[in-house]
Amino acid sequence: MSGTFVGMPAFPKAAHEAVGNATLRGNLRHATHTIRAKRAVAVAELDDWVELREAGKLIKDHTLRHLDRYLVQLEESVTAAGGTVHWAADADEANRIVARLVKETGEPEVVKVKSMATQEIGLNEALEAEGIRAYETDLAELIVQLGKDRPSHILVPAIHRNRGEIRDIFRAEMSEWGRPAPEGLTDTPAELAEAARLHLREKFLRAKVGISGANFMVAETGTLVVVESEGNGRMCLTLPETLISVVGIEKIVPTWRDLEVFLQTLPRSSTAERMNPYTSTWTGTTDGDGPQTFHLVLLDNGRTDTLADEVGRQALRCIRCSACLNVCPVYERAGGHAYGSVYPGPIGAILSPQLRGIQSEIDASLPYASSLCGACYDVCPVAIDIPEVLVHLRERVVQGGPVTRDGNKVVLKPAKGHAAERAAMRAARWAFGRPGALRTGQRLASRTRRLHPRTLPGPGKAWSGTRDLPAVPAEPFRDWWQRTNGGTTGKEAAK
Amino acid sequence: MSSRERILGRVRRALADVPPDDTPYGEAVARDYLREHGDRSVEETVELLAENLADYRAVVHRCGEGELPSVVARLLAERKAATVLVPPGLEEAWLAETDVARVPDRGESTAHELDRVDSVVTACAVAIAETGTIVLDGGPDQGRRRITLVPDHHICVVRVPDQVVSSVPQGLERLDPGRPLTWISGPSATSDIELDRVEGVHGPRTLEVILVG
Ligand code: SF4
Repeated sequence: MSGTFVGMPAFPKAAHEAVGNATLRGNLRHATHTIRAKRAVAVAELDDWVELREAGKLIKDHTLRHLDRYLVQLEESVTAAGGTVHWAADADEANRIVARLVKETGEPEVVKVKSMATQEIGLNEALEAEGIRAYETDLAELIVQLGKDRPSHILVPAIHRNRGEIRDIFRAEMSEWGRPAPEGLTDTPAELAEAARLHLREKFLRAKVGISGANFMVAETGTLVVVESEGNGRMCLTLPETLISVVGIEKIVPTWRDLEVFLQTLPRSSTAERMNPYTSTWTGTTDGDGPQTFHLVLLDNGRTDTLADEVGRQALRCIRCSACLNVCPVYERAGGHAYGSVYPGPIGAILSPQLRGIQSEIDASLPYASSLCGACYDVCPVAIDIPEVLVHLRERVVQGGPVTRDGNKVVLKPAKGHAAERAAMRAARWAFGRPGALRTGQRLASRTRRLHPRTLPGPGKAWSGTRDLPAVPAEPFRDWWQRTNGGTTGKEAAK
Repeated sequence: MSSRERILGRVRRALADVPPDDTPYGEAVARDYLREHGDRSVEETVELLAENLADYRAVVHRCGEGELPSVVARLLAERKAATVLVPPGLEEAWLAETDVARVPDRGESTAHELDRVDSVVTACAVAIAETGTIVLDGGPDQGRRRITLVPDHHICVVRVPDQVVSSVPQGLERLDPGRPLTWISGPSATSDIELDRVEGVHGPRTLEVILVG
């Protein structure tokens, strides 16, 4: 990864500042609770959720275990369908390739579909340095770009902004980038969306180069898939003459049929819809329809290092649905910026330190950005055991050990200045080593939950003064699992 | 060494723990999830499609084959459309009762020209009831992808029950991955501003689906 956000303080400090911001906490709380409740309803519609989740996990695991073979197959299929495949070992190389491809078109600007991979490599800044302007076209990304801000959520990157702030940003900044905001713009979402429509349409209609990521790549057919809501994706994927897609090497599925699993689990986990408004698939180029030149840039940038860790590799199953963010009590209070990475929340806490290594203070602190409550694992549509990876990475931070960096095996020294975490780890290991003790602790917590105070007494008072204490679930996950036999009995299966 | 070789080499070293006789793809994935959800008659499946389309704020109409030309004419008139985009293979009869000016789907048309057209009428490849989704595959009666994107009003005709399937797995089975596909579930929408849903940011703000048959 191209590094942490510049000047980013380590997670505890950034989180501390964020929780002091009442507007931010309010915006986040509203948003995460709304999506969380809707998701549960959307998931409950499918009686076979447990089986779909398991299939998704197995497909991704199998693909990762044979990634070399599928990468080669994908390259062949994309090439056969009229596309050109490029390989980028790191962010710099990917940026160089894209900048060169854009320059070859002679165009000074590009339109972009929201893509985490291009944010990860800092593509917009790299293009800017080459004199190419990149326009974000997703409404939330537009808000972030105009506000000279950073995204704070995978799905709704401007979740930390309320409508008043968005109106002010549009009024102040739109004219800098193109068509100005309409006179007398108010803060109703409909008017704000209309202003964005007018502002961006002039860019879409003249665009000659589009840049995207992809949600999935099918090795067997060479098909790329983009899932979206607004239609800005379709604009960027079909109106330009040249399309450049930058995609992480982990986004492969072996066959066309595998999409039947993810096109059911992704929308319901993500926007809590049966299906997102638009899904586009394309296989190379099609005569007379859409871009006539297609480039696929396959991005490593720390993914092979992550793959080398047998425990941590499961993070590469992630389909970026963002469900884990919306249930995470730490994310809800700290906000996405505190993670210092384009991948916030529980997935960010395990993915970023693996992609970037744990040398920096922020990356070493990320495995601690969790209460290990397990809610992220429960909702994850590909069953990534985030708590397991967190504990594994904490051990790496405090004890050191073998890791792979830039393809080389190195032995990490124990981190300095983590005495407190070392003590915490000893306690955690003690508990994890004794499932009985852990279970008793959790049961006790849920049985006494009515007695739990809203504010903590004594030294904890200041802490809880800026936090809403998490509610203890009525039934611990492991009890639910036992009672329902892993969700295979009764209606509970769909929860 | 090229980056291709470097990355593939790293992948192979990273996977040293995977045995050569690892479970093959065909056995690695348990597919005991359902092919469709619920037990429905054909008519109930069509009914579910109509419900889910409407739930996603598409405007749904139902009519018999013979009534289709008058329904299309009425919808264009209600919209006060002056021009309508027409894919090359659209059945001529569908537009027989309207005098709205036709704009053919042509490769040379610029995006700006398309932006001045009021409506577009297309067929579809398949419709998925459980998710309320219509899928276009760029066939002659559906045209290039951009024609259903740039105009603000899309009328899509679905032949029921032939083009209707229950579920996503059944839908994928019917589709050809070699063609560019557009899956549409309701009109363009965003929830990026305080999660308030707003229809139509970039795609058509109005989607009307006519179920014929
Ligand atoms: S880790 Fe799981 S829940 Fe979180 S974004 Fe990735 S797929 Fe979704």
